[in-house]
Amino acid sequence: MLDAVLTVLQVTALILLVVVPLLLCVAYLTLAERKILAAAHRRRGPNVVGPFGLLQPFADGLKMLAKETVIPSRANRVVFVLAPVVTFTLSLAAWAVIPVSERVVLADINVGVLYLFAISSLAVYGIIMAGWASNSKYPFLGALRSAAQMVSYEVSIGFVIVTVVLCAGSLNLTEIVRAQEKIWYVVPLLPMAVVFFISSLAETNRAPFDLPEDEAALVAGYATEYSSMLFTMFFLGEYASMILMSAMGTILFLGGWLPLPGTAALALPGFVWFALKTAFLLFLFLWVRATLPRYRYDQLMRIGWKVFLPLSLAWVVLTAGALVAFDALPGGK
Amino acid sequence: MAAPDLFFWLCSAVLMLSSVFVVSARSLVHAVFFLILAFLNAAGLFILLGAEFLGMMMLIVYVGAVAVLFLFVVMTLDTGRPGGSLRARLPAALAAGAILLLELAFVAVAGGPGGSPEPLPGGVSNTRALGRLIYTDYAALFELAGAILLVAMIGAIVLAHRYRPGVRRQNPVRQFGRRQGESIRLEDPAVGAGVSEQGR
Repeated sequence: MLDAVLTVLQVTALILLVVVPLLLCVAYLTLAERKILAAAHRRRGPNVVGPFGLLQPFADGLKMLAKETVIPSRANRVVFVLAPVVTFTLSLAAWAVIPVSERVVLADINVGVLYLFAISSLAVYGIIMAGWASNSKYPFLGALRSAAQMVSYEVSIGFVIVTVVLCAGSLNLTEIVRAQEKIWYVVPLLPMAVVFFISSLAETNRAPFDLPEDEAALVAGYATEYSSMLFTMFFLGEYASMILMSAMGTILFLGGWLPLPGTAALALPGFVWFALKTAFLLFLFLWVRATLPRYRYDQLMRIGWKVFLPLSLAWVVLTAGALVAFDALPGGK
Repeated sequence: MAAPDLFFWLCSAVLMLSSVFVVSARSLVHAVFFLILAFLNAAGLFILLGAEFLGMMMLIVYVGAVAVLFLFVVMTLDTGRPGGSLRARLPAALAAGAILLLELAFVAVAGGPGGSPEPLPGGVSNTRALGRLIYTDYAALFELAGAILLVAMIGAIVLAHRYRPGVRRQNPVRQFGRRQGESIRLEDPAVGAGVSEQGR
């Protein structure tokens, strides 16, 4: 019994080591978003709280904490409260398998890629539950849109992952990064990297695919009835899953913690490279938001099913064929 | 008691409880939520048994896709409460349960078709072992299962699809090909002249 307690305590400490920095990243991602949007609009952005506005996220957090939690009287209370908790927990849970550097990973499991895919496919439940439990039409419509959107784009993300796994010969994320020591997969698999990036925009409900919270048509979509801490949890969950998708992109296509070719002499530690690459992808997320108008719903569905699905399917077949033809299939036992 | 045992009992207990609630929940949506909870715990049990690939597949396929569609259907259909009392359905439910129990007992006694599971030869991950089996020894059966799923999918589309004439379709190629010159026309109407006097 003592062993079990000790194990649980040790694991909890390790989890905190992952979660606390992650939450700090989330806080500063919100600031980065406002700064980058401001730069795109030729404004200054938040610059009052703290030097360069650096304390703004904490001010926002405190404000949200101090607000009253309103639960609509006709809502299903249990599910209503559970929905943001599910979203938030899932966006943190996925980080258990992300290797931020060589051997720096909480759980180095054999099926790391599948775990990430599974967790991101569960994320839809937070939104569906919120939409249903609010007992109100705009959240419900937002939830339905979101469910359809996330299920559709998961299919192409699945095929992108299959292509990478075919090249790497393993489902383990550390092995996938190691397999990119010769060349990052973004070079031979460039079309798939593009498909992955666009699908990850749709999967995290970010602009230009933020239809579930389309403010012009649906008020705030699934989050309409939420306030205070419950809303904050949705908000943090959304940003944490943005960071997660960027980290996934880094691992699958940009060589994880491996240094940029030609810069090995700098001897920067692995996690710095990992953070730089993830930050680059996050910048792309924000840049896209500042640049592109929102898609129409039928266009969104058309791209998912009629463009990305055939394209990624064709690339799976092509990659498999090429690997077999040149006898380059990573084998082993 | 080691940590894995703790998790085994936790997963099993929640699995059993949520299965009971699937059947006894008053609201259909709640029943589906409990079904999802049951799936999650079953996946947990698979992982504890060392079958991590099956566990993840359970999560991705059943929880991530099938149950989402279930929830979709149950939420959009306005079903209200299912009629009939539990007592009236008890005999049928007991019969079905008894048959399942007998089958399980039979498998437990006879040990299934493959006998007891063998430990994997050293160093082979179970994903690789599974892939090797499915794509070599059982390739024909695997393809057959795929074909059956394909037939079911085509069948569902054929049955549910209605041809509706007069639907105004979006033509993305034409929409993207539009230029300013052909979409906007500036007019300078005379005072008091209506649309019909513009000559178009």
